[in-house]
Amino acid sequence: MKISITVNGVVKALEIADENTPLLWVIRDTLNLKGTKFGCGKAACGACTLHVDGEAVRSCSYPVKFAEGKEVTTIEGLGDRENPHPVQQAWIDEIVPQCGYCQPGFMMATAALLNKVPTPTDEDIDKNIINVCRCGTYYRMRKAIHKAAELQADKVMNESKTL
Amino acid sequence: MADKSKKKVSRRKFLVRGGLGTIGVVAIGAYIFRNPIRRQILGMVNSLEAPYTDNTDKPMVWFEVTSDNTILLHSPKMEMGQGTFTGIAQMAADELSVTMNQIKVVHAASSTGNVDSFATGGSTSISGLWKPLRELAAMLRVMLLKEAALKLNIGVDELSVADGIISGNGKTLTYAQAAEGVEQWEVPDAPVLKDIKDYKYIGQPIARVDLEAKVYGDPIFGMDADMPGMLYGAVVRPTKIGATFVSADTSGAESMPGVIKIIVEDDFVGVVANSMIAAEHAKNAIKVTWNSIEDLDTTAITEMMTVGNGNSTIIQQNGAAFDEDDEFATLEFRSPIGAHAQIEPNGVVASVEADNAIIKISTQVVSLTRKEVAKRLGLDTEQVNIVPTYLGGGFGRRLHTPHAVQAAVMSKAVGKPVKYFFSRKEEFQHDMFRPPTHHIIKGKLNAEGYLDGLEHQFVSGDVATDSALVPNVLTNFLGADVGAIRGGFIQYTDIPNFKSVYWHVELPFATSWWRSLGLLANTFAMESFIDEMALKANKNAVDFRLRQIGEQDIDVRLKNVIKAAAEKAKYSEEVVDGRAMGFAASIDANTPCAQVAEVSIVDNEIKVHKVTVAMDPGLAVNPDQIRAQCEGCVIMGMSAVLYEQMFVENGELTPTIYGPYQMALMKNAPKEIDVILLQGKDTPGAVGEPPLGPIGAAIANAVRRLTGERLTQLPLKLSTES
Repeated sequence: MKISITVNGVVKALEIADENTPLLWVIRDTLNLKGTKFGCGKAACGACTLHVDGEAVRSCSYPVKFAEGKEVTTIEGLGDRENPHPVQQAWIDEIVPQCGYCQPGFMMATAALLNKVPTPTDEDIDKNIINVCRCGTYYRMRKAIHKAAELQADKVMNESKTL
Repeated sequence: MADKSKKKVSRRKFLVRGGLGTIGVVAIGAYIFRNPIRRQILGMVNSLEAPYTDNTDKPMVWFEVTSDNTILLHSPKMEMGQGTFTGIAQMAADELSVTMNQIKVVHAASSTGNVDSFATGGSTSISGLWKPLRELAAMLRVMLLKEAALKLNIGVDELSVADGIISGNGKTLTYAQAAEGVEQWEVPDAPVLKDIKDYKYIGQPIARVDLEAKVYGDPIFGMDADMPGMLYGAVVRPTKIGATFVSADTSGAESMPGVIKIIVEDDFVGVVANSMIAAEHAKNAIKVTWNSIEDLDTTAITEMMTVGNGNSTIIQQNGAAFDEDDEFATLEFRSPIGAHAQIEPNGVVASVEADNAIIKISTQVVSLTRKEVAKRLGLDTEQVNIVPTYLGGGFGRRLHTPHAVQAAVMSKAVGKPVKYFFSRKEEFQHDMFRPPTHHIIKGKLNAEGYLDGLEHQFVSGDVATDSALVPNVLTNFLGADVGAIRGGFIQYTDIPNFKSVYWHVELPFATSWWRSLGLLANTFAMESFIDEMALKANKNAVDFRLRQIGEQDIDVRLKNVIKAAAEKAKYSEEVVDGRAMGFAASIDANTPCAQVAEVSIVDNEIKVHKVTVAMDPGLAVNPDQIRAQCEGCVIMGMSAVLYEQMFVENGELTPTIYGPYQMALMKNAPKEIDVILLQGKDTPGAVGEPPLGPIGAAIANAVRRLTGERLTQLPLKLSTES
């Protein structure tokens, strides 16, 4: 089938053999964006988390047909070295990653949380950030999430000042 | 005969050649280390640090000086999150007098010759490279200075170097300029290392060198590796323990869409297709007949894994054994089968042609992967190039890479590159598990309330036995599995009579290296027992420990971390506001570590609020990375001791997915982890595993003080928990 998805701001017209193909594999193998990871294939670990219309989605279990006409954001589109997203900046400031494999999923989940809850409490974090990290970086991640909330608030304030 | 164990840089091996890279000059050095692997492993057993080892007489590429004045450092050690790349970049930058930004660390492909003959593991990367890497970097600096002197026509003594720029007499040259066009290098005799106080980076909490790549989602992992024209492979695997391949009916799969070829070998059936999903569908359509053994269950495994079964070996003894009529306290402990559960599945891309093979893979054993692929393909080792990637978690899981062989066989069969990776179910069912253990510990108090006798009898599934990594002659020589016994020794050597006995039982499924090996289970058992003895003696758990430790260097360092942890955590045996503290300590690979866990019961479950860690890894090359390893070990350790457990049901290992295989999540992790680093020796020691030791007992000991209940089984569950 033909399918049209906006990925990181760019419209992609794709020919997909099987409309039930998980979005993850279209992102990784068809579009060659490798930042979104495969961990379990059953939406159980969150390594494949990306945004569909701003919502955190576990893309290994999300058929590509549901993304038709929607905006998909991956870690590559969240921010870059020149213009890091507050979550990425906080992750750098707190030196969060160890092996790093699960980290894009956590950052995408965090960015989606901050869109809804700009100043999350520890309880908000516990309830919403439910990905799996094997290296045990949760301690630094929690600090980074609070930091990202501050950075994002500063950014919003600065932007409103310049308006 | 000269002592061949002495490490030295060989002038003969320090060759220089051009043309390896597309830019600049290539410097090649070899560090010769002839210590037999057997002695190396024995060293590990005796809690000494294992050195970096190579076993080749061929030149090895360590450094490349590129035209933009960057130094490429080809690392024989893999980066799996432990921070080794950052530590070795600091070491090289300081001896080369360049900035951190001028060092770029890459995984050494096996074609560079810079292959560690053993593995990345055992918490040995920084300690093992400490001397050789700094010496090689210093040699390169001296060589570059010498060339600069010739080019500038100034004496070497008049030159100075900073940030990779050589200057003297008002003139300057970059390292790249100094190296340019040099064909014959003069190799200095003995590198002179800088004084430690002159190092700019060593000892500093430098941010990890792979931080940005990991924050911006760069494609750095084995799973991200591609090759042009790549196809996808899958391998049919049995679900039952002990199943062996008999025959396969592939008729249903051959005509499926996307299927390129079905490969039936003596030991596996594979399928190659034009997409991962097509390969998966075809794999499921292949009907394989397996030879099976009797269906096992967890109870059967537990019965096998009981002290008294199999053969025993005394690994430590002092004084007299217990008499039959002695009065002593006894406790039994058990730990379950544990999974590695690293998030990046095992994956590989193989491209095999008639006379060469390229394998991109996350592996902890470049040398072994290379040898196994070469052997199966009938190629020379030099014809196989292993191109290692970053590892999405290692933890010992990637010390086994038979999937590299399978991908290579599939690639050869179709004449194209083949990518192959495990499903999560395959990861869980075909893991090389942390073995279950059983411990019986006996202790006898003297009149003053200190231990007069202590005995640890324990049985474990194999860790090192039959591993391709360790010669079995070693295990046979010792009579004990060198991995399973880690942490099984008695560290309270001031006790007059003590004994530790290892029992060997072989399980019908594969068990092997899991981060810290026997340390997690052995320390849980031993330190829980010690705590119980302190209670029995009505003594403070910290004082009780300190009084029974010997006076050797390592003992003094152990006492220091115990004191430091107790002091920093304000260790107290009172339950305050429903919270109690638990104390435990261990020595692993010559690194002592003590922890205090602050625990309460919330909704009838064990909740860890804070963990204080005091550790003495010796010289801290990067204190921040050491802290990160302590934090990670605390959380991975609490995950293992509170939640994780594999079962055997109807002959199958289960569960096969995260969730049912319960692991610590954000909500479970302690909100406070306080790390104190002591530096009780002037060289770096083990970091990545030692902090896994105390956590289990620290939590259990806190629960004991909260509820009165002595928990003796991992994962720890309150008797009131459903």
